[in-house]
Amino acid sequence: LTDLSLELCGLRLAHPVLNGSGTFDAIAARRAFGDDLLARFPFSAFVSKTITPEPRAGNPPPRLYETPAGLINSIGLPNKGLDGFLIEDLPVLSDLPVPLIVSVMAPSGEGFAHLVEGLAGRDQVAAIELNVSCPNVKSGLIVGEQPSETAALLDSLRPLTTKPLIVKLSPNVADPAAIALAAEEAGADAVSLINTLRASARDPVTLEPWLGAGSGGLSGPAIKAVALEQVARVAGEVSLPLIGMGGIESGADALEFLVAGASAIAVGTASFRDPMAAARVHSELDRELRSRGIDALPGVERASTST
Amino acid sequence: VSERVLAPVGRRRCEVTANIASGGYRIFSALDEAGPPPRAGQFYMLTGERWGGAGGRPYLPRAFSVADAKPADGGVALDFLVEAVGPGTGALAALEPGEGLLITGPLGRPFSSPEEVVPGVAGAVLVGGGIGIAPLALLRRQLAASGVAQRVLLGFRDRRHSGGVEELFGCEEVRLASEDGHVGHRGYVTDLLSVLLAGDDAATAAVYACGPPAMLETVRELCAERRLGAELAMEAPMACGFGSCFGCAMPLASGGYMRLCVDGPVVRADEVETALVAGSGH
Repeated sequence: LTDLSLELCGLRLAHPVLNGSGTFDAIAARRAFGDDLLARFPFSAFVSKTITPEPRAGNPPPRLYETPAGLINSIGLPNKGLDGFLIEDLPVLSDLPVPLIVSVMAPSGEGFAHLVEGLAGRDQVAAIELNVSCPNVKSGLIVGEQPSETAALLDSLRPLTTKPLIVKLSPNVADPAAIALAAEEAGADAVSLINTLRASARDPVTLEPWLGAGSGGLSGPAIKAVALEQVARVAGEVSLPLIGMGGIESGADALEFLVAGASAIAVGTASFRDPMAAARVHSELDRELRSRGIDALPGVERASTST
Repeated sequence: VSERVLAPVGRRRCEVTANIASGGYRIFSALDEAGPPPRAGQFYMLTGERWGGAGGRPYLPRAFSVADAKPADGGVALDFLVEAVGPGTGALAALEPGEGLLITGPLGRPFSSPEEVVPGVAGAVLVGGGIGIAPLALLRRQLAASGVAQRVLLGFRDRRHSGGVEELFGCEEVRLASEDGHVGHRGYVTDLLSVLLAGDDAATAAVYACGPPAMLETVRELCAERRLGAELAMEAPMACGFGSCFGCAMPLASGGYMRLCVDGPVVRADEVETALVAGSGH
């Protein structure tokens, strides 16, 4: 394979293929596949499932609904909470051969600060991704859907750590670039996009909502065209590096996101179909670049000139 | 708890070697050239090469317990039992010999030995319903190979919703039930279990069950009332099969959820709050 290594907000990555948060559990996958998984780890950085200040059990089932070329999920962020993560999961995730990015979410600025402070002193944590697709309990507004809320959150978290802060953008807004700009001005190091699109399904017999929690988020190839447009829109407005994702299943898909302005890409739902889908995307991307005579990834240059 | 057999990392292509009708079901077979022999109760995530198509479904792989696994020339011959009820099962039921089948597995926690289910117990009672008879077929063979005495009870809804008994269980002594009475006892397979458990030798056997949620719930209740050790092979919709999607949440008796793909699909009957879980059995 060609050298596709890059620097992404200070992280040295062997290639531009990451995982989307919540789409790969390296600890559980190791139970199924053994240590071979580590030897053949398909991602250049591992993004954890979102952790919250307190443990969460997750949503009642059913949690999944298959759509044409897609999947609606309503998982509800089951996790062990910060303490459980630090004690039980972080030591195991340290075995991974790639940098660790920890995804966090809290219902308040104070909760986010608690999470960032808890991770700031941990050498095993290379970067922190802020999952802002949650309501602020005080304002009732979804943080990542409001430029002002996003900026206020970054303002409060930025002094707490020197680790890179990545903001995961929601696609459920009229102008994602406005949110990305607010994040950039308030000191974010990168943005990742897109999160799932809000979606629902009904039981074909009873016509009641199918998902236990009522509604969820759509992912998979069904959302790729939306993701590609949002990546291009945001890339045109901010100089931060972008991690692009949404329905990427092939090297050709990955190249489209990189050409649209992403510095790196993430494979998400495709990993459900094949745990090594990201390795295939990586090798196909390499082949695409070589067959097209593309020497450098546009986003890599972009990342290095903007910092 | 018995050790799971680990899966090779990633998805691999197998060739479909046969696909035969058996009653209202089909049994399709594939030659796995790269994987280890599975343990009974483990499952595979299956994707046909012609997945997708008009309507964009099926998109995700489908979880199938392995019904039989035998050493074969060049690998392990895997048998799966399927009833075409949706886009995924429909595509699998239509597989033709020579076609490719993409598999990930074996996955999940297998059945335990009777001794592990109930210390000091030597025999086994296998209770299967409908398409859920599949993992019990391999369990029966693996237990028989270790000389474990068994009773096998299988039940079906009606003639259209039945199959696999002759091919997967051979001519061993199997007691049957059907709701329409087309074969065996007219009624539920759990009626047969009830009678069996009322007998003297009930306490000397471990119970293993797989079938629709209502059947499993009755087995769970019957065993709980009598304080009998039992294992249930359960089903829940899952996208990945290896612990990543968190879709296959099964409520635990102790609160919270387990992920059926990595903490199951075989569970101790007293681990789960109920076998009646919304979305399971679909």
